[in-house]
Amino acid sequence: MKKTVFGSVFLFLFSIALDAGAQDKSLPTIPGVNVKSMDGSSFNTEDLENDGKPIILSFWATWCKPCILELNAIADVYTDWQEETGVKLVAMSIDDTRTSSMVGPMVNGKGWDYEVYLDPNGDFKRAMNVNLVPHTFLLNGNKQIVSQHTTFAPGDEEDLFEKVKKVAGGGTPQE
Amino acid sequence: MLCIAAGILCPGTVLLAQQGISGIHGSFQMDVQQYTEDSVIGAPEVPEQVLANSFLNLTYSSGKFSAGLRYESFLNALQGFDQRYEGNYFLFRYVTYNNDGLEVTAGNFYEQFGYGLIFRSYQEWGLGYDNAMDGVRLRYEPAPGVMVKGFIAKQRSFFDYGPGIVRGIDGEIRLNDLIRPMTGKKTNVTLGGSFISKYQSDDDPLLKLPENVAAYAGRLDVARGGFSFGGEYAYKMNDPSTVNNLIYKEGQALFLTTTYTKKGYGVTLRTKRLDNMDFRSDRTAIVNNLNLNFLPAIAKSQTYRLATIYPYATQPNGEAGVQADVFYRFKPKTKLGGKYGTNVALSVSGINSIDTVRTGDEYGYTSDFFSIGDVAFFRDVNVEVNKKINKNLKLILTYINQVYNIDVGQGLVGKGTVYADLGIAEIQYKINRRHSLRMEVQGMFTEQDMGDWAMALVEYTISPHWFLAVFDEYNYGNKDEDLRIHYYSASIGYTRNVTRIALGYGKQREGLLCVGGVCRQVPASNGLSLSVSSSF
Repeated sequence: MKKTVFGSVFLFLFSIALDAGAQDKSLPTIPGVNVKSMDGSSFNTEDLENDGKPIILSFWATWCKPCILELNAIADVYTDWQEETGVKLVAMSIDDTRTSSMVGPMVNGKGWDYEVYLDPNGDFKRAMNVNLVPHTFLLNGNKQIVSQHTTFAPGDEEDLFEKVKKVAGGGTPQE
Repeated sequence: MLCIAAGILCPGTVLLAQQGISGIHGSFQMDVQQYTEDSVIGAPEVPEQVLANSFLNLTYSSGKFSAGLRYESFLNALQGFDQRYEGNYFLFRYVTYNNDGLEVTAGNFYEQFGYGLIFRSYQEWGLGYDNAMDGVRLRYEPAPGVMVKGFIAKQRSFFDYGPGIVRGIDGEIRLNDLIRPMTGKKTNVTLGGSFISKYQSDDDPLLKLPENVAAYAGRLDVARGGFSFGGEYAYKMNDPSTVNNLIYKEGQALFLTTTYTKKGYGVTLRTKRLDNMDFRSDRTAIVNNLNLNFLPAIAKSQTYRLATIYPYATQPNGEAGVQADVFYRFKPKTKLGGKYGTNVALSVSGINSIDTVRTGDEYGYTSDFFSIGDVAFFRDVNVEVNKKINKNLKLILTYINQVYNIDVGQGLVGKGTVYADLGIAEIQYKINRRHSLRMEVQGMFTEQDMGDWAMALVEYTISPHWFLAVFDEYNYGNKDEDLRIHYYSASIGYTRNVTRIALGYGKQREGLLCVGGVCRQVPASNGLSLSVSSSF
């Protein structure tokens, strides 16, 4: 019995040491899936890039009201966020053929400055285990997922920005 | 070891375990509903009293290899879902690897060719729609800008597979990558073509049915700056089926979309013509089962509740329609823009029958491609003005006019056409950093069908965890006074990162629930509901 307790304490300490030493490796990266750019060409999600700065990856749809609330709320402060942290928002639309042609006009009509892609048959959505939209991921400079959140309530964007600042400074936000 | 058995007490061990399985991810959702019989609203007695739909998805990926598994549980299926979903199954599983530009998938997969007019396999959990394929799929990229996909597979039908075998191939080339003079040009041109063939044996004692039915499609996409054009044309060979009343006529479909957009505005124009394009891997399948293709509805996807009472659904046997959408932003500090700017959205659509002449033979009818029938299926006009009043207050005003042919839309006889006007006001008010309020007042005014409706909703959110909502839909204008019913509902939700738990209670009206133009009939219900969604 004593041995078991000792063993578990050892394992506990060992794993903490392991965790601290290899923290980055424990974070998942995003899978490479082909989505569509706004000019109709194919784009692999492995090629998402922001020069080592954080990326906000937001799954949304033109028919999803809370998604639009979220993207509007961020749009109001996006310039400040970019200046302060260099963060980039990638808006991944899951609109299918029915509504995908509304994506470009809606983005411009709302005056959003985001990088926009289409995932019309949900390939990337499934690979990222997204059940519901909005579902927003925060990626660090190595394009590893450090945080994710589903649904949106006004004010959530400020919590997200706190995390973005931490990530931009090289830290990992607490969930 | 004690620690592993009680992992929660030993966080270190859990971390260690996680590092070993960092390539495994998953998602989970469970929807439970308790049912109380309610003869006034027409909610039937449900013998089980409680029903639940759940799934758990697991994906594993490591380098060029990935695999996935999905467990589904319908005990028993929620009301309004096809009752052939019954029991627990590990039905969905696949392995994929990618090497030297070739991707091989064995097992289940989802896929779409072009715009989907001849082939789209996808899942819509909320509708109980899942036409997943099971077989082998290859995707190959022989050169940059060239993509070839092919598969041979059977198709999912609830907890089994349909009788047909489906073969498909699709090719797409992006001219800018392939033809040197076009490299770096501002105009992007993409060409694609696809072919689908299905096999089903002919066991009919009387008719000689085609055992192999082919369909093909071609598409073109051109984009330059803010301008883009995309279109697909599809042709289907003779395919007598239950849905088309066993006629031997060919099918045709055309879908065109044009967009022009610059910062501050955007315009989209779309047109569609369908003639005998219901296409399934089993000629006897009906409703939302064993569909091979996707025929998008061209009418605005409504989100406000009363505007979803009369939703338009695609008529695959024949329809012709157009839709125009305009988004415009009046800049801040202009007369109409005010201090913060004003967003305006306009959407207009019209869908009619196609013009047909009966032939009395096995082909059923003929139809001139360029003439439109005189039966109106659907019309709508939507105007939305979105205005930020001050830092904390937003106002959205919407006017909608709908013309909805019930007989066509719901497959009924003698119900006629509904002409409805809707007015909706929505207020979003941010009380402080964490507390927000959202209110909606909706009215729908019509002389036909169920008459006038009113609806009010109050939603209170506390960031980042809490969500509270109450609403009431009231059919105050029903000609039958006994049916002037309040459909009230209250819900509370808690979200923590990617875990969402919602509890609701209320009465739900009978109606069509639609996603992407595919609809499911939901019966009236009264009771408690619980929904849990999470992922890792």
